[in-house]
Amino acid sequence: MSEKQPRIRVRGLTKIFGDEAGTAFERLRSGESRAEVQNATGAVIGLDNVNFDVDAGEILVVMGLSGSGKSTCLRCINRLIEPTDGSVHIDDIDVIGLGERELLELRRTRFGMVFQQFALFPHRSILRNVEYGLEIQGMPPDARREKALAAIETVGLKGWDQHFPSQLSGGMQQRAGLARALALDPDVLLMDEAFSALDPLIRRDMQQELVALQKRLKKTIVFVSHDLDEAIALGGRIVLMKDGGVVQEGTAADFLANPADEYVRRFVEHIDVLGVVTAGDAMRPPSAVRPWQSTAEEALAILTQSGEPVVTVVCEQGRFQGTVDADTLKGAGTTALRLLLSDRSAYVPFTATLNEAVARLASGRGEIAVTGPDGTLAGVIANADLVAALARRRPTTAH
Amino acid sequence: MDLYIPRIPLAEWCDIALNWATEHFSGVTRAMSAVVGTAIESTTDFLVGLPPWLVILACGLLVWRLTNARIAIGTMLGFAFLWNLELWRATLQSLVLVLVSTAFALAIGIPIGISAALSKRFWRIVGPGLDMMQTMPSFVYLIPAIPFFGLGAVSACFATIVFAMPPTIRLTALGIMQTPAELVEAADAFGSSRWQKLFKIQLPLAIPTIMAGVNQTIMLALSMVVIAAMIGAGGLGGEVWRAIQRLEAGQGFQAGIAIVVLAVILDRITQHIAHHMRRDRQQG
Repeated sequence: MSEKQPRIRVRGLTKIFGDEAGTAFERLRSGESRAEVQNATGAVIGLDNVNFDVDAGEILVVMGLSGSGKSTCLRCINRLIEPTDGSVHIDDIDVIGLGERELLELRRTRFGMVFQQFALFPHRSILRNVEYGLEIQGMPPDARREKALAAIETVGLKGWDQHFPSQLSGGMQQRAGLARALALDPDVLLMDEAFSALDPLIRRDMQQELVALQKRLKKTIVFVSHDLDEAIALGGRIVLMKDGGVVQEGTAADFLANPADEYVRRFVEHIDVLGVVTAGDAMRPPSAVRPWQSTAEEALAILTQSGEPVVTVVCEQGRFQGTVDADTLKGAGTTALRLLLSDRSAYVPFTATLNEAVARLASGRGEIAVTGPDGTLAGVIANADLVAALARRRPTTAH
Repeated sequence: MDLYIPRIPLAEWCDIALNWATEHFSGVTRAMSAVVGTAIESTTDFLVGLPPWLVILACGLLVWRLTNARIAIGTMLGFAFLWNLELWRATLQSLVLVLVSTAFALAIGIPIGISAALSKRFWRIVGPGLDMMQTMPSFVYLIPAIPFFGLGAVSACFATIVFAMPPTIRLTALGIMQTPAELVEAADAFGSSRWQKLFKIQLPLAIPTIMAGVNQTIMLALSMVVIAAMIGAGGLGGEVWRAIQRLEAGQGFQAGIAIVVLAVILDRITQHIAHHMRRDRQQG
């Protein structure tokens, strides 16, 4: 684990709705099951002992189906919903312990929030919407106007500042919603199903733009979503929630490789495996590697023995150089492999998705190399390995 | 054997309460009455003193500024018609009474409506009070008005305020309570204080609804003006009242139609303003 402190720390977060929240909480803590407590008290358990960290500059996707508590969880971070128990820290600030005034101050300066239904103020122009947070802070009109216009430009709405929300398309409205949050220059962006109300094409554009924007702005983003593809597109860690609790935390590939339970397995069942599994996950140790100064004869012997389609050739430092196939080796005698190299680009980095690996494989000779962080050969993927990787990740589709 | 159940002395209780209030407050209310009464009378006298065509033109101009040419022309034609019927003085008396009553009703009603929207407990008290104010026969307000304010325009004004205020309170509260939850949440998320939320989000969004309440208040005030004639408020209601006493059907209808004309004018103006505000909200 890294030394640096996470920006947001959520510990033991619990939210129980209903008049009997107090008693329900005690019974829950005394070890009764959630169903028992809900039946006995009529209270609804929205969150049950949720823990996670969000590092500065990270996009964390809180995912789950409707009713899983993901939106409640998000709202507990800035206390739009008061949690029943647990703690939330932003850096060293104990959010739950804040008084009303300090809480307002915290919301004004540290948080920007983006909503599923945009929640733009219909009686205000886009500019006045984006200005809103600054206006609340008491910033003078000229200064806030300047900042708001900058935020409007950042989200690509330049020239639309005098229009009203109802005159904009859904995608543009959500850009305005994003600008309203960014205008404050907050450390933390809370995004509640921010793109869920948009058309699929626009949604994908917005996801890509958010990722691009994030590269530049390095905000800490907590993004609530019910859409696994969206979580993958945003590319961060995922906290998967179910019935108010965290089921598993990790990347989508982690979920695929080691699902914590049947629910997670089913959740990731229809995932686009090629877009999630990395070459590093699918590769295996190579069995026909030769340094580039060795001879064709040696290489052919090893190749025949191994059953690989090609010999993978590396330099003295272990970096991938290219491949040589059996036809080339036959009759090449004692020629050094470095003179016979072809397919010098038949490799992918271990972080690449299988989508990229497939593209390389399709144009090569049935096998590609996978390189590690320093460019050294880490493994190989042959056609058969790819098929095996897909089959392994899709147990239910393999009848 | 007859079971004897004594009558609950409700009337006596009401009397006791009113007498007590009269004893303690009538000094204040009489003084208020003198001030307001003088204001109403001098305004009416001032307007009556001006040449009618000038007043009509000025009204037309004002309405044109507030709404559009069509309604302004209609207003001028309507007033000219009332002048022609020789009901000019009565019309102005009624108009001043309606406008003054409405102004008071709004000044009291809108803050009450806002408070009711912000506090559930207060709303639970105000709600039944409003029901009572509206279902109580309007004549009844006239009786206690007299000991407090004396005969005449101020008592009429008081009764009109009580009778006409409920829609403003109700629709103000409703307008604020109906602010979409997601907008309130957005305002909260950006750290708005209670007042910032009220003045920057809730009230502006509630204005079309509040205007609908204002429109209804004006209409109720106008209907009360006739009844208030019974305690000497004069105006168009006074004309109707005289026609009833003398059984002059023609005169009665003439005054009645005059009230309708005035009602239509006031209604069109406020409706237009309310509608315009609703459109504003979307387009600016």
